Amino acid sequence: MDAFVNRFKETPTFWADEISMLDGFGSYDAVKEFSQPVFEIPAVQNANCTDENSDSECRIKIEHGTTTLAFKFQGGIIVAVDSRASAGSYIASQTVKKVLEINPYLLGTMAGGAADCQYWQRQLGRHCRLYELRNKERISVAAASKLLANMVYPYKRMGISMGTMVTGWDKTGPNLFYVDSDGSRYKNDVFSVGSGSTFAYGVLDSGLDYELSTNDAIELGRRSIYQATYRDAASGGSVRSWEFIGLYDVGKLHWEYCGL
Amino acid sequence: MAGSYDRALTVFSPDGHLFQVEYALEAVRKGTCAVGVRGNDCVVLGVEKKSVLKLQDPRTVRKIVMLDDHFLLIGVQIQIPGLNADARVLVNKARIECQSHRLTVEDPVTIEYITRYIAGVQQKYTQSGGVRPFGISTLIIGFDPNDKTPRLYQTDPSGIYSAWKANAIGRSSKTVREFLEKNYKEGLSKDETIKLTVKSLLEVVQTGAKNIEIALMTADSFIK
Repeated sequence: MDAFVNRFKETPTFWADEISMLDGFGSYDAVKEFSQPVFEIPAVQNANCTDENSDSECRIKIEHGTTTLAFKFQGGIIVAVDSRASAGSYIASQTVKKVLEINPYLLGTMAGGAADCQYWQRQLGRHCRLYELRNKERISVAAASKLLANMVYPYKRMGISMGTMVTGWDKTGPNLFYVDSDGSRYKNDVFSVGSGSTFAYGVLDSGLDYELSTNDAIELGRRSIYQATYRDAASGGSVRSWEFIGLYDVGKLHWEYCGL
Repeated sequence: MAGSYDRALTVFSPDGHLFQVEYALEAVRKGTCAVGVRGNDCVVLGVEKKSVLKLQDPRTVRKIVMLDDHFLLIGVQIQIPGLNADARVLVNKARIECQSHRLTVEDPVTIEYITRYIAGVQQKYTQSGGVRPFGISTLIIGFDPNDKTPRLYQTDPSGIYSAWKANAIGRSSKTVREFLEKNYKEGLSKDETIKLTVKSLLEVVQTGAKNIEIALMTADSFIK
């Protein structure tokens, strides 16, 4: 524990750290602002505190159940999510917003711990805005997802549970990245995250085609979420889908209700 | 007049000057001349090479250095030993920053970003205790990634940076700048840019190829 704390203690330098993009990002900023608890963080010793599978007596039950998906096609990106929040076997809410606007042209989805996702994506939004102000141009999706992954990595194995897709438009077109709290960051054209993701992949993969029309793509996203909510106890509620239809942002919100 | 306000960097004089910074600028003015000119699709840096001592290997006395593979920097040095070292340290920091940026943002730096960074470092050393400012001004030239417009920036020991169409630093920079102002035209071709750089350097440097070093940068290549 000491070694861990020492790692983040202020180094006795004469003057402040160099001004750089990394300042305020990466491993140090979040920890400086985070007040370290006085007691030992249990998860450092025992990473299984929040992992239900390995320790059935785990003390913190985090909301994991969800289905989110996103895929690229010729008209942009479709992002579809369910809206159920469950804590164990209790359904906490049927109307959760699982798509978080990081800023008008970057979306993040929420899977895993709701608080974790919301907090870190808000932080990401802050950094993205600072980048935009400093460099007079929007941050790229690759950079934004990298920032998120770097922010979360120092807390690896400390109990953060977050599986999010960062997606949006930038200079190189539409982009889709998957970032999770284990520190992985992948780029791909299609992702599905959450307990219902396996069900969603089945429908999504069989119907996926880059040349889909916009309406067909929306229908595919909706159908995949529906199938997942049908079979997965932890996903449900209603389907919410977003569509990036242009370089200059515009997220259009479609409300769809599907029979359960 | 300067009196007791010379010593400490972190003390303003009553008429609002930071003397150490101004002396640093003075040191720069004593250094060898360097000229940068922006053309239509290329940018040229010219440096006056001070005469190399007989036993010294001329190839190890470098003034034009690469910061990343798409742009480079020039530092002005002066004969007083020690300030070349300032340049070396600054270049090193800048190179690290370039690579850090590539790592986190997955994109090479823009010229403006790295200029801002170098200027920021130079400014930091004008606002701390126990340190002195860098005694160098730099001319930074290059192209932004995926962009065809050539760029030329200048930083100085106070931490100010600005973009230029053509500029000169070091010895007799005022004369050279006046020459440039008179003869600069928008949209110079490659050859014309080189010619202008050489001619402006010749104003202050003795003629002879041995005394001038030129670097030409175009969007997709870099020739020395």
